Amino acid sequence: MKIVREALAGTLESSDLMVRITPRDGELAIVLQSEVMHQFGARIEAVARECLAKLGITEALVVIEDKGALDCVVAARVQTAVSRAVDEWTADWSALS
Amino acid sequence: MTAAIRERLRGAPLPQGVAPFAGVTANAPHLATRETKYGRKLCNSLEDAIRASGLKNGMTISFHHAFREGDKTINHVVDTLAAMGFRDLTLAPSSLLSCNAPLIEHIKSGVIRRIYTSGMRGKLAEAISNGLMEEPINVHSHGGRVHLIDRGELTLDVAFLAVATADAFGNANAVSGRSRCGSLGYAMVDAARAKTVVLLAEELVPYPNAPASIRQDQVDLVVKVDQIGDPSKISVGAARITSNPRELLIARLAADVMEHAGYFEDGFSLQTGTGGSATATARFIEHRMMKKGIKAAFALGGITGSIVDLHKKGLIGRILDTQSFDAVAAQSLADNPEHWEISTNTYANLTSKGACSDRVDMVILSALEIDLNFNVNVITGSDGVMRGASGGHSDVAAGANLPIVVGPLIRSRIPTVVERCTTVVTPGETIGVLVTDHGIAVNPNRPDVSERLKAAGLPVTSIEDLYARAVALTGKPQPVEFLDRVVGLIRYRDGSVIDVVRQVK
Repeated sequence: MKIVREALAGTLESSDLMVRITPRDGELAIVLQSEVMHQFGARIEAVARECLAKLGITEALVVIEDKGALDCVVAARVQTAVSRAVDEWTADWSALS
Repeated sequence: MTAAIRERLRGAPLPQGVAPFAGVTANAPHLATRETKYGRKLCNSLEDAIRASGLKNGMTISFHHAFREGDKTINHVVDTLAAMGFRDLTLAPSSLLSCNAPLIEHIKSGVIRRIYTSGMRGKLAEAISNGLMEEPINVHSHGGRVHLIDRGELTLDVAFLAVATADAFGNANAVSGRSRCGSLGYAMVDAARAKTVVLLAEELVPYPNAPASIRQDQVDLVVKVDQIGDPSKISVGAARITSNPRELLIARLAADVMEHAGYFEDGFSLQTGTGGSATATARFIEHRMMKKGIKAAFALGGITGSIVDLHKKGLIGRILDTQSFDAVAAQSLADNPEHWEISTNTYANLTSKGACSDRVDMVILSALEIDLNFNVNVITGSDGVMRGASGGHSDVAAGANLPIVVGPLIRSRIPTVVERCTTVVTPGETIGVLVTDHGIAVNPNRPDVSERLKAAGLPVTSIEDLYARAVALTGKPQPVEFLDRVVGLIRYRDGSVIDVVRQVK
C-alpha cells in the first residue's frame, strides 16, 4: 500500500499514543518520542516497524508520540493511521493480529 | 538599691563562676520597659529577623512543608538569604515539592550546599538526580528526621516556621487566620529543637493566641509576612481524591483485606496515607464497620477529609494528625477536641519515648515500585529520577501490625511490581500485603494473614505471579543506566543508610 495523504490516529492521553503518518519517497523513517523511552523505546519502534511491514508500507514518515501505550495499542494506532493515509485498504486482516 | 543589696555580700566568698547580684535588668534588659518586654521578639522585616537570628554561612536552616505545593515560605526565605549574601547553607526542610524548583538557582550559586529532606518532586528532583549537587542529599522518613536531629547528626541552627497566626510572644497555630494548613506536626519538632526559632506569621493576633501548637517558650523571633502559603494547593499532587475506577477497585480490595486479615475488631486503629487508592480506602471501610458494628479507636497520620467523615459518623474515636491533607481535615482540627495535633516525634520517631506508629493495626501505603521481596520504592521513578517522598512510609510499616501496600499493577506501561526495586526505601520484611487491580499477594512471612484472606475468598496469589502478569502486559523494561556517582543517600528511620540513588546517565 502507498501512503498518499497525511493522517493521524490516537490521542495524547496516558497509556495511549499519537501516530502521524506522512507520504515520503524512498525511505521509511520513524521518529519516536516516548515517556518510557529509557525502558521501552526500542520495543515500541520494533512493534511499529513490524506492523508497517505487515501492511507493506515501505515509504513513509511516521511520527509517534507515546504516552506509555502497551504493544497492542501501538499496533492498533499504527494500523489505523495507515488505513486513513491510503486510498485503497488491501491489508490481510488475518495476518495483522 | 542594687548597691545596698551588694553591701550584704561584703567579705563573703562566692563560689567560682557565680556572680554577685547586679540588678533585676542586668541579665534581662528587655524587662526595662513595657515596650521591650512585650515586643522584644517582633522584627520589622524578614531581613531584620535573619540578622537577629545570628545565622552564619555554613549553618543549617529548617522549614516545615505542611502547605505542600502551596508553600510560599521556603523559596521566599532562601531568596532573601541569597540576596543578603549567605552561602554554604544546609537546607533541612521536613520535605520539598515541585514548587521548590526555584531552589535550583540557589544550589548552583552556592547558597545551598547540602540538603536533608523527606523527598523531592519536579524540576528540582530532576536536576539533583542529574548531578546538580556536589554532596549527595539525605532522604529521611518523617520519624527518621527527628531521630537524625536528636542524635546530633542534623543540628537545626535557625528554623523558619510559617504559621497562620501568632502573638507577639510566639504562641502560634495554623488552625486560625486566613492561611490554615491545619496541623503543625512537622514544625512542632523544629520549634522544640532548633537553636533559634523564627516564626513567619501571616497574621499577628492579641496575646495569648490559642491553641499554641508552637509555644512562646520555644520562639526567639516573630516577623509578619504577607503570605505563608496557599492552603488550596495542599491536596495537589500526592494527596488527592480519586474518581479513577481502577483506583477505586484497588481501594475496595484493600478494604476487603482490612476486613478479613484478622485485625478488624472493635477498637482497632488505622492509617490510610496518601495516594488515590489509599485515600479512597477510607470510603470503602465505612459500611464494613457499620455492618460488623465496630468502631476504630483512632486514625493516625496524614489526615484527609474521608477520615474526618468517618469520625463524624462515630466510626473513629480520635484522630491523631501530624499533617492535615485538605481543608476539611484542617477545619476539623480547629473545631473538634477529639482531633489531636501531634508532632512527627510523637507520630513516628523510632527513638521517641512513644511513637503512635507502634500502636497502629493497619496502614494503607502507596508504592512506585514493589519487588519480589516486597521491598518498596517511593522515591525514584522507573527512569531512576527522584520524584517522591519517603514520608512516614518506612516508619509506619515498621510499627504497624499489618502494613498494606496498594497500587495498580502497571502505570501506563510501567510495571509497579518489579524484579528488583530501583531504590529501596522500606524493607520488604515489614510489608504484609500487596493489593493490586490484578490480585493480592501476601508476604510469605505472614502465612496467618494469607490463610484468612484465602478463607474469605479474596483473590490471593503470589507476588511472582503478579510480576509475571505485569511483564506479560508491558514487556520486560530495559534496565535504567546509572553513573557510579551517588546523588542521594536513603536513610532508614534508625539513621542507617538503606540504599543510595545514583546519578542517571
